[in-house]
Amino acid sequence: MIKVKFPSVFTQITKERKVEVENVGTVRELLDKLFEKYPQLKERLIKDGEITPFINIFVNGEDIRYLKGLDTELKDGDEVTFIPAISGG
Amino acid sequence: MKVIGLKCRICGKEFPAEALYTCDNCFGPLEVVYDWEWIKENVSKEKIEKGPKTLWRYKDFLPVDAKPVDLGAGYTRFIKAENLGEVLGLKNLYLIDDSTNPTYSFKDRVVSVAVTKAKEFGMKALGCASTGNLAGSLAAHAAKAKMPAYIFVPAGIEKNKIIQALVHGAKVIEVEGTYDDANRLATEVAEEHPDWGFVNINLRPYYAEGSKTLAYETAERLGWELPDQVVVPMASGALLCAIHRGFKDLVRVGLVDEKDVIFNGCQPEGFPIVRAVKEGKPVTPIREIKTIVHSLAIGNPADGIFAKEIIEKSGGYAEDPSDLEVIEAVKLLAKTEGIFTELAGGVTVAGLRRLVEDGRIDKSDVVVIYLTGNGLKTSEALVDYLETTVRIKPRLEEFEEVVA
Repeated sequence: MIKVKFPSVFTQITKERKVEVENVGTVRELLDKLFEKYPQLKERLIKDGEITPFINIFVNGEDIRYLKGLDTELKDGDEVTFIPAISGG
Repeated sequence: MKVIGLKCRICGKEFPAEALYTCDNCFGPLEVVYDWEWIKENVSKEKIEKGPKTLWRYKDFLPVDAKPVDLGAGYTRFIKAENLGEVLGLKNLYLIDDSTNPTYSFKDRVVSVAVTKAKEFGMKALGCASTGNLAGSLAAHAAKAKMPAYIFVPAGIEKNKIIQALVHGAKVIEVEGTYDDANRLATEVAEEHPDWGFVNINLRPYYAEGSKTLAYETAERLGWELPDQVVVPMASGALLCAIHRGFKDLVRVGLVDEKDVIFNGCQPEGFPIVRAVKEGKPVTPIREIKTIVHSLAIGNPADGIFAKEIIEKSGGYAEDPSDLEVIEAVKLLAKTEGIFTELAGGVTVAGLRRLVEDGRIDKSDVVVIYLTGNGLKTSEALVDYLETTVRIKPRLEEFEEVVA
């Protein structure tokens, strides 16, 4: 079971801020499953085949850029958080 | 009404002027949209010149209507740096010295605007992620606004900056990790508490506008003219973008003649925006932070792509001096102009030096550089690089021996 947290700006599509997803082994698989459930999210999150730079994805608090990107492995109990990139400074 | 609403900087979708910071269509950042006809009718050089000697002399350009939460920020020292210019070979070098702001950094400009906006929105608390300067500024303005403040900083920043935030009564949360970790946590907290005003998160579109006043001051102090080049320190890149917008505002309302100002940006060695400009590649965040310049140590710069674009389109460049060059530059400024700036200012002066040495700035160019913070805040970094004191007994002979 992977715990997924969305920012409020996703809720127009996802309706809720927290969901749980089962049977996914990587971030890529998690995204595929989320996109099945929320097709609109895919349209907005993926630009030219890449994840928009305006949303960062974290696994247990670490940016997936510094892990294995979309191939970052997930295990039971992991928390995946989507966070708007435009903050700070 | 001078503010029409907010607009996405990427896809252009419009939103009401609320505490929003991300576009729900493409997740891009939002910016304030103004009614320029209203501003044009209301603003004039005479009105500004009769205004208070603070950033609020430019209120007609700022996205607030309420009585400002004002500690007196802005309209800081504007200095023709003849001594430093002589050393570097520049005839028209000017400094804006924001180390003289109420909490000793340029952050007072953005915070004064954001906290005023938080009061307008009826928010219950204030917050921010900070590398240090914003912490002290937000804490002081929150005290003045009689609001609680939650401040997230990376563990290990300068003690003076933490003490400054604590003395005003803010709750300071030291986060184990880098600024980017503190910022990520603060963003999560902001998401959970939409009625709290996180100045550089959910109030960021308004907050960023405060830095435009540095552009207005630049023009006003130059006799309502724009400079040839500017040199700006960059952490997130937001300051450089705001100065760019500020110059455009002045042209738009006819207060200055149009001019293609060259924008140069400076970061500590190896940081992403400079690296991207130098290598002609996209801005790529870095995880490892290795610099003594904590106030510019943002590995994932929110406005990086926009700052890079402005620098490139203007024909400017970016420089990332080493920590040692930064310390030498802090000392050079102190010894030539009598100004003790913090390490971020050292990055700017050291970057300027490189730009001049590379022939990117002509000796007759009118150049303005921005000193964003006070040297006393980061003095501990300098200790090992200064001459030691001379200790003697209180006898005249001993002193004469020292100077012999």
